[in-house]
Amino acid sequence: MSVIYVLLAISIVVAILFFVAFIIAVKNGQFDDSYTPSVRMLFEDELVKEKPKKQN
Amino acid sequence: MSNIMSETTCFHCGDTCKEEIIQLEEKSFCCFGCKTVYELFSENDLACYYDLQAAPGAIPKEIAGKYDFLSQQNIIDKLLEFNDDTIQIVTLYIPHIHCSSCIWILENLHKLNPEITASQVNFGKKTVRITYNATTFSLKEVVLLLSKIGYEPYISLEDYSAGKNKINRTLIYKLGIAGFAFGNVMFLSFPEYFQVSGFWIEQYKILFRWLMFAFSLPVVFYAAQDYFISAYKGLRAKLLNIDVPIALGILVLFIRSTVEIIFDFGSGFFDSLTGLVFFLLLGKFFQQKTYSFLSFERDYKSYFPIAITKISNGKETPIQVYDIEKGDRLLIRNEELIPVDGILINGIAAIDYSFVTGESETVQKQSGDKVFAGGKQTSGIIEIEAIKSVEQSYLTQLWSNDVFEKNKEEGFTTVTNAISKHFTVTVLSIAVVATIFWLMVDASKAMNVFTAVLIIACPCAIALAAPFTFGNLLRIFGKLKFYVKNASVLEQLSSINTIIFDKTGTITSNQKSTASYDGTQLTTAETTLLKSTLRGSNHPLSRTLYNILEEQNIVTLDHFEEHIGKGMTASYHNDHIKVGAAKFVGYTDDATVLNTTVHISTNNTYKGKYTFYNKYRKGLSKLFNNLKKQYDLAILSGDNEGELENLKKLLPSKTKLIFNQTPNDKLEYIQYHQAEGAKVLMVGDGLNDAGALAQSNIGIALSENVNVFSPACDAILDASKFNQLDQYIKASKTAIKIIKWSFVLSFIYNSIGLYFAITGQLAPVIAAILMPLSSISIVVFTTICTSILGRKLK
Repeated sequence: MSVIYVLLAISIVVAILFFVAFIIAVKNGQFDDSYTPSVRMLFEDELVKEKPKKQN
Repeated sequence: MSNIMSETTCFHCGDTCKEEIIQLEEKSFCCFGCKTVYELFSENDLACYYDLQAAPGAIPKEIAGKYDFLSQQNIIDKLLEFNDDTIQIVTLYIPHIHCSSCIWILENLHKLNPEITASQVNFGKKTVRITYNATTFSLKEVVLLLSKIGYEPYISLEDYSAGKNKINRTLIYKLGIAGFAFGNVMFLSFPEYFQVSGFWIEQYKILFRWLMFAFSLPVVFYAAQDYFISAYKGLRAKLLNIDVPIALGILVLFIRSTVEIIFDFGSGFFDSLTGLVFFLLLGKFFQQKTYSFLSFERDYKSYFPIAITKISNGKETPIQVYDIEKGDRLLIRNEELIPVDGILINGIAAIDYSFVTGESETVQKQSGDKVFAGGKQTSGIIEIEAIKSVEQSYLTQLWSNDVFEKNKEEGFTTVTNAISKHFTVTVLSIAVVATIFWLMVDASKAMNVFTAVLIIACPCAIALAAPFTFGNLLRIFGKLKFYVKNASVLEQLSSINTIIFDKTGTITSNQKSTASYDGTQLTTAETTLLKSTLRGSNHPLSRTLYNILEEQNIVTLDHFEEHIGKGMTASYHNDHIKVGAAKFVGYTDDATVLNTTVHISTNNTYKGKYTFYNKYRKGLSKLFNNLKKQYDLAILSGDNEGELENLKKLLPSKTKLIFNQTPNDKLEYIQYHQAEGAKVLMVGDGLNDAGALAQSNIGIALSENVNVFSPACDAILDASKFNQLDQYIKASKTAIKIIKWSFVLSFIYNSIGLYFAITGQLAPVIAAILMPLSSISIVVFTTICTSILGRKLK
């Protein structure tokens, strides 16, 4: 069997895997809120404690 | 002293500290509420809240007893998203969510109370989803905790009836499938573009072609199904909408390609097919701009409370508002909304009808007076007896009108569909003529030419012009605080010829801040006394007058008493003052005055009165003068004629001014003019405009704060942008012009394509180049044009 069949099979399987991953991500609601995660990832688990700057 | 005061802002909420400053750890707070929240956060190591954003908080409100209804099992069941014996999940809408500090604190709720296991914020929708331990904690405690830290959730009647609504993600699935298939088909069709006859391609082309066929199946039968459905519906209604030629194109592409690979005529057009569907869906996706934090479908349910306290046999029990019956005795607390029409039994009512009329000044009622649903009690506890049920109240009855069931988009021909009719007819005639010609010259090519014409003429570029133009304009308007529901609204906006405004709250601002005095001139001592007296009162008119009066020395009063609903008395040394209603200060010969007045008497002699006038929004005259050339203008007001003379001076002479209109009158007025062929734009704000907003071709709700609720409408305009309204209408007209130019552009592409099709030399590679090229150039053209258009707007 020619190698082209193997390559085709692999490429299609990989493509389908990514496609399934996308569908699952949509289904889990990962595309519903596109703003909050971008803020959330910037929070540190334990913020360094420093005195907040005095207002005015 | 007063200078320093006005510059100090609260560390927690950022408001100016007016009356008192509370100091703690070198920080200033405007009230004890803010200080308490700060203390709570610092005790629990949550002070980082203030590092992310300066002064992010809100003053916690007094809520004693307000959420007692959350111990009712039937109400809890409606609100919970998930409920088993140990875990409960609830999603709450919190209007105050506005910055990254909000996200941070709400997602760290578990540090404040370990019974909360998880909380997740959706910033766009301003909701937080809280998971908590149901055995040791309850929904009521969750709500109380949130309220205590200044994040009071908003629970309305809408939450009760809405149920669990599912998010529609179909379009994103379809777009994913089309994109996936398009990419793979492109790879598979590449070899044949360039190597028409070679040993290698001969060996594998069958496999490649059938793989492409397989990839195109979900695209045609799933991703593109909306076009087939819409075309079928259009044909059944004898309409040639834009989806008819699209569906025809997709179908012909698929059938011809399949026939070609079965009989080994060629490689088919699977690349163009999948690309076409992908681009079309992309356009749809782009147009589907939604403002998740806004709702355009609100009715009274979003304003009304879910439950109310009923008094029976001396016992207070929370009941669901739909269960209120005629004759029930109800308890309305401070800041609560009256859900039904009723008669005041007990207590002093100062009712704020701003939800209903847009008028923020409170109305005083005595026991025995009628109170209407939709008013908000603002001074202490009152008792009322219901005289109607919720659905039959004066205000809520408006929603039984048929107009709320009507779909405004029906009966409106979009510019795309208007052109598609001629387009489809032309394409079909070209196809037929070309086929007949080839039947006579070379019959073997006739079928080839017929299908090629239908394929190449598939109006992908035409179908994309409107979504991308309007989609982009929606975004630009959104940035300018003009939130439009959808593209169809923008298109209708360009075709209106009559504009009707509501008065109170729409062309006037919510604060009344001009007043004129007439009567005996007050001495300096009297003015000082007046200002000092006003300082002690929280009544909106007192606050307004206090701000209008010139700076005076503030004296400490010897005596001050406020008589709710009447006025106030005060004394300083030997001077006494009475401020308030005419009767209260002893002024009797008051002719019927239509405007709001505050009367003053000192030492038992009547001095005079301050008359308040509506303050009109900035740029009102200019806006009306800009609009009067092209549009019929009218003002419909629910108020009396007190402002008639003032308005006549301000507005162009042909503006119609109509007063004393009930909500239903407004609706009928618009209906009448529509029957005469007018295309009406209604600009309103309160719930009393809801009928008019629904009846008009376009209803714009004006809002001082877009996060606060506005009635069902087609667009929400921020009040600060009111004077730009003419610019926005003009922009929508320019958008139509842009779309028409895109049509011209796509006709040029179609003519080139038709040349290849008619002469019978349409190769897959030409179709594969021409179709995406025309689509992409339309997208680029419309995006650039609308961006230039947007730059001119303020």
